[in-house]
Amino acid sequence: MITLKGIHKSYGERDRRLHVLKGIDLSVAPGEMVAIMGSSGSGKSTLLNLLGLLDHADEGEYLLDGKEVGRLTENQAAAMRNRKLGFVFQAFNLLPFKNAVENVALPLYYQKVGRRERNKRAEHFLELVGLSERRLHKPNELSGGQKQRVAIARALVTDPAILLADEPTGALDSQTTDDIMDLFKQVHGMGKALVIVTHEADIAAQTERTITLKDGRIATDTAHEPAHVSA
Amino acid sequence: MMDLDRWREIATLLQQHKLRTLLTAFGVFWGIFMLVVLLGMGRSLERGVIATFGGHKNTVFVWSAGPTQIPYRGMGKYRRIRLTEGDRDALLAIPEMGLFTSVNELGGWQASQYIIRGQNSGTFSTRGMEPDGMPIGGFIVQEGRGLNALDYSERRKVAVIGHAVQDILFEKGEQPIGQYLKIAGVNFRVIGVFKSLSTGENAREDAERILIPNSSLRHTYNQTAWIGHFQFTPQPGHDATTLENKVLNLLRERHRVHPDDTGVFGVYNAQVNFHRVQGLFSAIRVFSWVVAIGTIIAGVVGVGNIMLIVVKERTREIGVRKALGASSRQIIGTVVQESLVLTILAGYSGLVAGVFVLEFISSFVTSMSGTDMFGKADIDFGVAVMALAALIISGTLAALLPASKAARVDPIVALQDE
Repeated sequence: MITLKGIHKSYGERDRRLHVLKGIDLSVAPGEMVAIMGSSGSGKSTLLNLLGLLDHADEGEYLLDGKEVGRLTENQAAAMRNRKLGFVFQAFNLLPFKNAVENVALPLYYQKVGRRERNKRAEHFLELVGLSERRLHKPNELSGGQKQRVAIARALVTDPAILLADEPTGALDSQTTDDIMDLFKQVHGMGKALVIVTHEADIAAQTERTITLKDGRIATDTAHEPAHVSA
Repeated sequence: MMDLDRWREIATLLQQHKLRTLLTAFGVFWGIFMLVVLLGMGRSLERGVIATFGGHKNTVFVWSAGPTQIPYRGMGKYRRIRLTEGDRDALLAIPEMGLFTSVNELGGWQASQYIIRGQNSGTFSTRGMEPDGMPIGGFIVQEGRGLNALDYSERRKVAVIGHAVQDILFEKGEQPIGQYLKIAGVNFRVIGVFKSLSTGENAREDAERILIPNSSLRHTYNQTAWIGHFQFTPQPGHDATTLENKVLNLLRERHRVHPDDTGVFGVYNAQVNFHRVQGLFSAIRVFSWVVAIGTIIAGVVGVGNIMLIVVKERTREIGVRKALGASSRQIIGTVVQESLVLTILAGYSGLVAGVFVLEFISSFVTSMSGTDMFGKADIDFGVAVMALAALIISGTLAALLPASKAARVDPIVALQDE
C-alpha cells in the first residue's frame, strides 16, 4: 500500500540547513493500523506531510498503491489526496460557516459530485460516526469529540484506502479520546489502513504496530497486539 | 462549478462582515450609478437639443440676403437678387437634390394675418410651400391629408393647419376638414391638421401656422415675381454641404454674382450645426465614461483590497480545502466567484438605482412642458450590457491578485497556523 525507500528531507538555506528525515524506509500494508511516535523535532510531522502528499521528499521513493507519487505536480497531488487519502487533524479544521453535512461533503465537491449525491453520502458517514442528529449543526455548536467525529466522517466520505491522523486526540479529554480511538478501530475494521501520529503511548498501544522516530531515523518498529481499553 | 451550497456559502461569508461588504460594494455601486445617470442625462440633453432641429437634420436653407458688393461680368454693385421660378427649376435639376421646396410667406417672413372662420378669428402666419416642405419642416399630418403635387400644380386653395389654429378657429369636437378659412380675403379649404416635430418655442410657432401650396400663395397674393427662400435636403448618401455649394454656384452663375461676394445669398446648413452638436455630445459621452470608469476602478481596487484581506483571514481554510483535494484552479475559482458576486450585485444595484433615478427625472421633465433642452432620460440596452461586461471583467481583475495569493497558500503552513 505505502512504501517509502530512502526518504530524505531538509529545510532551510545552505548553512542553516536542517536535515529532518535522514533515510526513512517504511511500508504500511493495506488495513494496517500504525502509530508513529517520537519527541517533538523527531520528524514525525514531516513524515506525515510526505505521506499525505502535502510535501515532496528531497530524495527517495514514495510508492502509493504501487505507483510513484513523490514527484507529482501540485494539482496531481491534490487529486491523489482527494481520492486515496483521508486526513484527521488535531485542530479538527472544520470550516466554521458550514454545517456538519456540508463539512463532510466538502471533499466530494472537489470531485465534482452533484449536491444531492454529496449530501446523501455525507449523511451516511455522519450516521456511521453517530452524529446524524447533529447533521445541521455548525462546528461551534459541537463539542470537541463531536467535531473530531465530523472530521473523521469527512476523511471517510471519499472512501480512501488510508487515513492519516495527526495527533487526533491531542485536543480531547481522556473519555472522548477513548471514544475516538474506538471509532478509529471501527474504521480499521472496515479494512482501512490507519497511520496515527501521536506522542501518547497509550494511544500507540491501541494500534498494531508502533514506529518510533528519533533524529530523523526510525529508531524502533514493533508489531504488537492492540491493547483493549475498557470504554 | 456553482451549486446551491456554494451560493449559500458566499451569502454566509458576505453576511459575516456586513459593514465591510456594504462599504466595499458601495464603491462599485457608485461607479455604475454615476455611469448610468451621466449617460442618461447626457442622452436626455442630446435628445432635447436634437429635437429642436425639428424635421430633417441635413436641411439647407438658402435666401437672398443682401445687395452685391463686387461688380461682376458687366453688372454693377448694390444689386438686390431675387430668387425666381427659374432658379427653382434649375435647382430641381441638380442630380443630388433630394427633398425640395420653395417657401413664401404671406405678408413677408414671419408676418401674420387676421384669419377668419365663421364667427371665430385669430392671427396666424401663412406659409406657402411645396409637398416636400412638410417632411423637410417636420410637419406630421394628424388628421386629413397633407399638401400634394396636384395641390401645387393646380394652385388649389387648400390649407393644412396647426393645432393652435384648429383650437382657436374651431369649436371643441368640431371637424375642421372640409371647412373654409378666410385668409386675407380669400377662402381656403382645410384638408388636414398637422403636428410639428419641433419642441419648445419652435413647436408653439408651428402650431400657429397655416400651410398652403406655394403656387397658390404666390399667385393669389401677388408674389409671382419672387420666391422667399428654398429649403432642400440632399439625396440619401450625399453630403448637404456639397449640395449647398452646388446650389450657391448655380445661383451665382444664374444671377451673375462674383464667387467671392459671400453676402448675397444667406445660407443656413442644419447639418453643420447638427454635426457640431453631435460632436459636443460625443465629447460629453466620452467624459461620462471616463468619470464613471475612474470611479468603477476605484471601487474595483476596493474590492481587490478586501479580497486580499479575506484571503489572508482565511489562509487556514484555504489550507484545509487544499489538503482535502482542492486544485489551484478550484481555489482561484472560489476567490473569483466571491469577488464577482460582490461586484455584480453591487454594480447591478447601481444600474437599477441609476435607471430608477433616470425614470424619476424623465417623468419630472415631461411633466414640465416648456423645458425643451431635456428629452426623455434613459440608457441604451447596449450600454447596460457593456456596463455589465465591464463589471464582470473588473470583478475578475479585482480577484486576480488575491486569488493567485490564495492559490499559493502552502497547506502545511496554513494548517500549522494556529
